[in-house]
Amino acid sequence: MNLLTLVVLLPLAGFVLNGLLGNRLGRGFVSVIGCGLPILAFVAAVRAFMQLDGAAGAALVESAYTWAVVGDFTFDVAFYLDRLSGLMTLIVTGVGSLIHVYSTGYMKDDPGYARYFSYLNLFLFFMLLLVLGRSLLVCFVGWEGVGLASYLLIGFWFEDPAKAAAGKKAFITNRVGDTGFLLGMFLIYHALGTLDFDAVNEAFQGPVPPAVSASLVGVLLFIGATGKSAQIPLHVWLPDAMAGPTPVSALIHAATMVTAGVYLVARLNGLYLQAPEASQLIAVVGVATAFFAATIALVQTDIKKVLAYSTISQLGFMFLALGVGAYGVAVFHVYTHAFFKACLFLGAGSVIHALGGEQDVRRMGGLWRRIPFTFWTFAIATAAIAGLPPLAGFFSKDEILWYAFASERGGSPLLWAVASFTALLTAFYMFRLLILAFLTPSRMAHEVEHHVHESPPSMTAVLVVLAALSAVGGFFHVNVFLEPIMPLPETDHALEHLELPLIVLAVATGLAGLAAAVYLYRGGLERADGLARRYSGAHRLLSGKYYVDELYEAVLGRPLHWVSERVFLDIGDRRLIDGSLHGLAALAQRGAGRLSRIETGSLQFYVWLVVLGAFASLAWVWGHG
Amino acid sequence: MDSTRLLLALAVTLVSLGFVGVMVRRNALVLLMCMELMLNGVILSLVTFAARSATLDGAVLVFLVFVVAAAEIAIAIPIVLLLARQRRTLDVGAWSELKG
Repeated sequence: MNLLTLVVLLPLAGFVLNGLLGNRLGRGFVSVIGCGLPILAFVAAVRAFMQLDGAAGAALVESAYTWAVVGDFTFDVAFYLDRLSGLMTLIVTGVGSLIHVYSTGYMKDDPGYARYFSYLNLFLFFMLLLVLGRSLLVCFVGWEGVGLASYLLIGFWFEDPAKAAAGKKAFITNRVGDTGFLLGMFLIYHALGTLDFDAVNEAFQGPVPPAVSASLVGVLLFIGATGKSAQIPLHVWLPDAMAGPTPVSALIHAATMVTAGVYLVARLNGLYLQAPEASQLIAVVGVATAFFAATIALVQTDIKKVLAYSTISQLGFMFLALGVGAYGVAVFHVYTHAFFKACLFLGAGSVIHALGGEQDVRRMGGLWRRIPFTFWTFAIATAAIAGLPPLAGFFSKDEILWYAFASERGGSPLLWAVASFTALLTAFYMFRLLILAFLTPSRMAHEVEHHVHESPPSMTAVLVVLAALSAVGGFFHVNVFLEPIMPLPETDHALEHLELPLIVLAVATGLAGLAAAVYLYRGGLERADGLARRYSGAHRLLSGKYYVDELYEAVLGRPLHWVSERVFLDIGDRRLIDGSLHGLAALAQRGAGRLSRIETGSLQFYVWLVVLGAFASLAWVWGHG
Repeated sequence: MDSTRLLLALAVTLVSLGFVGVMVRRNALVLLMCMELMLNGVILSLVTFAARSATLDGAVLVFLVFVVAAAEIAIAIPIVLLLARQRRTLDVGAWSELKG
């Protein structure tokens, strides 16, 4: 049995069945197919993972289909399972299955139920293609496919123009990054003649360096990663992507798809080890993204927007780890982040569900008694993301900070300082969210407060599972597990005595964030509002998200509009194309008007013309005979 | 003067007569008759040459022309009749506004 092919094809079958038959066979059928097939895929992935363990480190390779043969090069659709892709597959199918189950509760009354599940299954299919693909080409197909699924699901409620526009924004922003991905892929193929990940890594690690700059390829592929993983300067789509249903935000825009960029860089670690300049860029972009996104998250009032900026910020942490060569640590954070961020988003979904669609934390408060399951799971996940021990986020974030400080591959105290400060901000804005939503006295409208209710068991059960994983997930040290294929970088021996103090400092940072949030928000919004009034300039800058959208609009959007309006529409379309066609038509019309004057209505005149014509043609034939 | 020349001269005469008739007369029926006259002149020349070259091609063509001429008259006469009934005249000038 081709286990890997099965893993990939099961969700595709779900997409086809639900897409074609779902609306006719009813919700029961959709739920069974939509959740059952991902769960089966998860079981198959677990079995494949066991086989991998039995094979003593050798990767499982399955060639499913020969896509094309060009000259002496064949493009195979082959699947490749090693510890890295195995772990990612487990995260994708595992967290994915949980979120499918949650969705049966969350989307219960939506008229697009079947469509929703078919899209969700389609997303899983493409994500598995991305993760399991052996070559960059298969990965790219999955890469584009998850972009498509993301677009479809962000614009799931497409009757609302703002939501449809958010989908388009995500799709187009990702296209910019994909250009970099494609160019990098072309360069690799041109230099190496292969696109298989293992072959590419080997070639860059080999004794003879390939005839292409690793840094150039690395930067190009990283541009692709900035698009998918929402890093500066292509981060603008992710906050808007919150227009989609909340489980989608949890699955696609937090736990799995947005980590594709991290996966890509980690997958190609052989290449990036030879590309110190590209790695440096990744570290700087990562830490900058982490910092700026965290500052924006401080003042957001939409519960999902806070989580969106927190996702961008956490992705920045992952890229920081990648940039200092700690690939396994980055994947460790992907793994823990998948649990606590999925839990946070699903908890936010549960809150929104309980409040009948309210997303503004200024109109929440006091929910902890009313929806206790949601509160406790949300609190655990918040503590996890804030890095409080012994929860999952503590372990991975601490490793990232340590390697940012001490790695021989570009670690520096400056990176560590910015990252630590960002961790403080993270703890602050997450506890701010928790306090404002659950603990402060209620600020809800009376009507809303009356209807608050805990979510159905299908949703709370998933929350409990994810909260448990966020609590204990950190004890499985992914970076150690991945060490055989992705060795951790050397650390500076002179700094090793600092490791323990730094851990203590990291914990203290998390607690400081907690304390600051408690101090500022304990009594509700008054203290924070006073602060915002005092520093109104800074507050406006942050709630305006540094005006990046406005900047892009002014620098890119408006000139493009102008060019397409004035040059392409006015000159090109209206004058050149329409003008020439209308001109030809007018010419024919005027010519016909002139010619029609010889139609006098006199039969005799016509006969004269016929005879003249006959003689003229006779004469012509005579002359040319 | 051998018979071929004679016959060809007759054919030319017929065509010319028909042509002059078409040019100078305005009565629709006369016009039709003149056109028939021209056709007959052409047929005569065809037959003459066919007889001279001793092949059947010309004769076959003659039959074709007959058939076409018969069909043409079968349509033309009713049209002329209808027109005449409409305007009570056979003058083709009465219909010159049909030029469009």
